[in-house]
Amino acid sequence: MQPKKTLDITADFCPITFVKTKLALEEMAAGEILEVILAGKVAVQNVPRSVEHDGHKVHALSEQPGGIFRLLIEKDGGRSRPDQTDY
Amino acid sequence: MLSETQIHRYARQIVMPEVGGRGQEKLLAGKVLLVGAGGLGSPVSIYLAAAGVGTLGIMDGDTVSLSNLQRQIIHSTDDIGRPKTASAKEKLNGINPDVTVITYTEYATTENLPQIIPQYDVVIDCCDNIATRYLVNDAAVLAGKPFIYGSILRFEGQTAVFYPPAGPCYRCLFPEAPPPGAVPSCQEAGVLGVVPGLIGMIQATEAIKLLLGVGEPLVGRLLLYHALTMDVVKVAVSRNKQCAVCGEAPTITSLAAENYELPDYCTA
Repeated sequence: MQPKKTLDITADFCPITFVKTKLALEEMAAGEILEVILAGKVAVQNVPRSVEHDGHKVHALSEQPGGIFRLLIEKDGGRSRPDQTDY
Repeated sequence: MLSETQIHRYARQIVMPEVGGRGQEKLLAGKVLLVGAGGLGSPVSIYLAAAGVGTLGIMDGDTVSLSNLQRQIIHSTDDIGRPKTASAKEKLNGINPDVTVITYTEYATTENLPQIIPQYDVVIDCCDNIATRYLVNDAAVLAGKPFIYGSILRFEGQTAVFYPPAGPCYRCLFPEAPPPGAVPSCQEAGVLGVVPGLIGMIQATEAIKLLLGVGEPLVGRLLLYHALTMDVVKVAVSRNKQCAVCGEAPTITSLAAENYELPDYCTA
């Protein structure tokens, strides 16, 4: 599983952690893998949950030395955006 | 690309699936014209600036007076005597430096509107008289721009999005202006300050929805609000085939001054 892109959000706090992850995913194509490096209990709890809520697939969340976590997300483009109109 | 500062400023709306980074970029690229910087224009401009709508045009030829301050919350006591456009621009720049505020310190006329409206994506009715409302409606229809109508009096307000051919225009609902003097102005009849606040916030919401392309705008629906009973009612409104500006055989194909009984202060 080769990441297309890596995002380091270890310096950020909620909700910016998720906002940056979301923005990175928006720039990627469906099926591509985003690697996210994160730290802190709150981010580790919230970011994978919010990402799944947005329709992406979380493949792995693994703890690295020094309290750092590595998250692998597959962008799922199959889900259409809600409530789009022609106006 | 959004800057680090913009990611933080707009985080609470970027997180929503209906907005996201793409939606925020649409808002930043959005251009909205407000005709009037008073009771409606205050909340409309404040919320659109805070949301990061990138260009706000503000048109008003009036100066701030003491009796405005009960409802025109963008202006302060220190602003009395200043042009409303200058006062509004200063506040909006302070709220969000991402926003370019373009001021037109003049009233809406048959000459200036056809020049200005095509430069914007959405036009918002924040004016205080019916003649100007017909003028802005017709100019918006002729330019093919959505027109977010709002009007208030005493404890009541109403709002709708006029955007033919998707729905009716103001003239479909009210083909002819009432004779001058038949309808009291806010000056004579009074208005509770929160009423334009509430209607203006709905207008701002509709503008954001139109720029994002989400939800169901108030097209073909007129929202009526009464503060004393707290009734909020939506009534279906349809297009008029005989409408003079958006109907099958329009008689208004350009703006001619004689078609509008504009107040003296607009034509002076």
